[in-house]
Amino acid sequence: MHAIIDYISSYLTSDKTPGAAGNMFWVLVYIMLVFAGLSVAVIAMNWLERKILAHMQVRLGPMRVGPHGLLQPIADAIKLLLKEDIMPAEADGFVFWMAPLIVVLAAFTVFVVVPFGPTHAITDMNIGILFMLGVSSLSVLGIVMAGWASNSHYPLMGALRSSAQMVSYEIAMGLAVVSVILVTSLHGSGLYGVGGAGAGDGTLSMIGIVRAQQEQGVWFIFKFFPLGLIAFFIFAVSMVAETNRAPFDLAEAESELTAGFHTEYSGFRWSLFFLAEYSAMIAVSSIAVTLWLGGWLRPFPNLLNGDTWDQAFSFIPGITFLFFAAICFYNAVRMPKHPLFRVQTIGLFGFGVVLGLIGLALFVPAVSIRVQDIFWFAAKVSGFMYVYIWFRGTFPRYRFDQLMQLGWKVLLPMGLGVLILTAIFGLWPSIQQLIQRLI
Amino acid sequence: MLHITTLHYLVLGAALFLLGVVGVLTRRNVVIVLMSIELILNAVNLNLVAFSRLWGGLHGQVFAIFIITDAAAEAAVGLGILIAFFRNKETVNIDEVNLLKW
Amino acid sequence: MTPVATPFFFYLFAAIMLIGGILVITRKNPVHSALALIVALLAQASIYLMLYAPFVAGVQIILYAGGIMVLFLFVIMLVSIERSMKERQFNSQWVAGTVAAVALGGLFIAVYAKAEKIFPHHAIRITPDELLNTQGVASMLYGQYMFAFEIASLLLLVAIIGAVVMAKKRI
Repeated sequence: MHAIIDYISSYLTSDKTPGAAGNMFWVLVYIMLVFAGLSVAVIAMNWLERKILAHMQVRLGPMRVGPHGLLQPIADAIKLLLKEDIMPAEADGFVFWMAPLIVVLAAFTVFVVVPFGPTHAITDMNIGILFMLGVSSLSVLGIVMAGWASNSHYPLMGALRSSAQMVSYEIAMGLAVVSVILVTSLHGSGLYGVGGAGAGDGTLSMIGIVRAQQEQGVWFIFKFFPLGLIAFFIFAVSMVAETNRAPFDLAEAESELTAGFHTEYSGFRWSLFFLAEYSAMIAVSSIAVTLWLGGWLRPFPNLLNGDTWDQAFSFIPGITFLFFAAICFYNAVRMPKHPLFRVQTIGLFGFGVVLGLIGLALFVPAVSIRVQDIFWFAAKVSGFMYVYIWFRGTFPRYRFDQLMQLGWKVLLPMGLGVLILTAIFGLWPSIQQLIQRLI
Repeated sequence: MLHITTLHYLVLGAALFLLGVVGVLTRRNVVIVLMSIELILNAVNLNLVAFSRLWGGLHGQVFAIFIITDAAAEAAVGLGILIAFFRNKETVNIDEVNLLKW
Repeated sequence: MTPVATPFFFYLFAAIMLIGGILVITRKNPVHSALALIVALLAQASIYLMLYAPFVAGVQIILYAGGIMVLFLFVIMLVSIERSMKERQFNSQWVAGTVAAVALGGLFIAVYAKAEKIFPHHAIRITPDELLNTQGVASMLYGQYMFAFEIASLLLLVAIIGAVVMAKKRI
């Protein structure tokens, strides 16, 4: 009994992730926490997408199911679970069954290395970013299988187009990522600092990349301005194309191919694809946040450094949650005073109270120190989710040949150019020495 | 049996190699023959990495990476040949590839 | 990333690889063979992790399972397989092929029986520093094996051009 308690509590004073420390109990706890958080995030994304798209299109979105449609995702989930499970007649049963599983597995396994904080990751692999890119490329297999197993031409066309698009944009993503990995090997600080000839070791591990940003004192989106910005832009466009979202959603848009590769899927199997799509969006946004936007670091880590600024920024998580609670209370007060709306009003009040309590708990320094990193990471990823929805509401759809042209003829040369220029900037002292020796 | 030595990995590699050889020699479908060739290359990779672990240097791992790159190039060219052939003869049976010119 | 419970995981992944290999060579449907091969490749990536080779494992997942097998699945979908699935699957010299493979297996057994003499077990003395595997492989790729690296990139260029030319309908 004492041995078990010692095993559990021995991790609490460690400064490594549970996987690196080898503590299996905490690995399981973190896995459950990430899984639960991801499920909540996908449900919230469903509601947010419908509401935000609606407000961008000057309408209200779901308002009936709960207060302001807050229970709409739950109603959708219940409907999908109760639907009939249809399999096409000549479909290949085993492959039809496996395809959504592979896509969901690929989308969820990626979160093993996502760093929510310096020790708040399930594990810290030596090849973190390589693992994330590789496992997210396994979802292409699931899509190809789904299209082929449905034994119908709409899904087959949709699957071929979708997988061709994903494979093409993976290359541009990889080039943008490599140019960031180059920068992690430098020692200098500031926007253009390089740190002398023979700069130190680079790293592929996600926590190492954020630590490199911390040591160099600048988020990599601003490093070697404007190269970091261009690399970030290439990655942002590629990640939208990689997850088959608007404006690159020709393969699954309703007006084009009757829902593409998941046409023949119904009920729970369709919801698995949908879950995998949102998880993949969160996963690639996590990559972008870790690599360019400083991961769990608070904004302005160097420009506004010092203890008072640290304290001021540590109040922001609590203030954010209290702000959300205030919005809930305001809307609850403004609900119609009819007795039919009593349950909804009480529900909204209760939700506001829960958010307020979380906000107040975040003011306690002991909690705030541990949870602050997770809050900043989640806030940045939420910003990306909003930009995804914004893109969907704003841009018209790309035609498929325009899409492929963009991936191969525009983003790939741009990625190569950014890589070469970043390498030249990074090796500038060595190049200077070489030139001086030649002259 | 319980302590995993290098010999365990070598036996596994040998078994995969034999499975690949049987696949290349006995199947008629060209795609499955190409996949058996990939099995053979993977068995060789496993041997290389196992020996790299035994002797401590990283040479085996670097060679394994080169072999993976090589396998990608070869799969691409082989499948291109298959598509060109299929367009002419409408079959994926390697027993039908028996004319020098048609 | 120290391997934990190595015997259990080795036997598990070895079983998955062998079953996958057997399924690859015996399935009638090429798509099922391709899926079995993908499973075998992913199990092999896990075995690479046990052999202190995380970089090779990552390369295997990205290139082999996520690249080459997608290429195979594309081609299988483009080449109609219904007719080929109705034909005979094993060719007429399957007996000779299997006998040759068994003979090769006998040769392997004869060599591996002397394994203890060739590479004794206590020869494993260096535990590679698992934190610096990628950096070590990189310094070798760009140092000692630079020439091979450039030739591999040339090979890939030739393969791309060759595959595009061969798959075109009209050159």
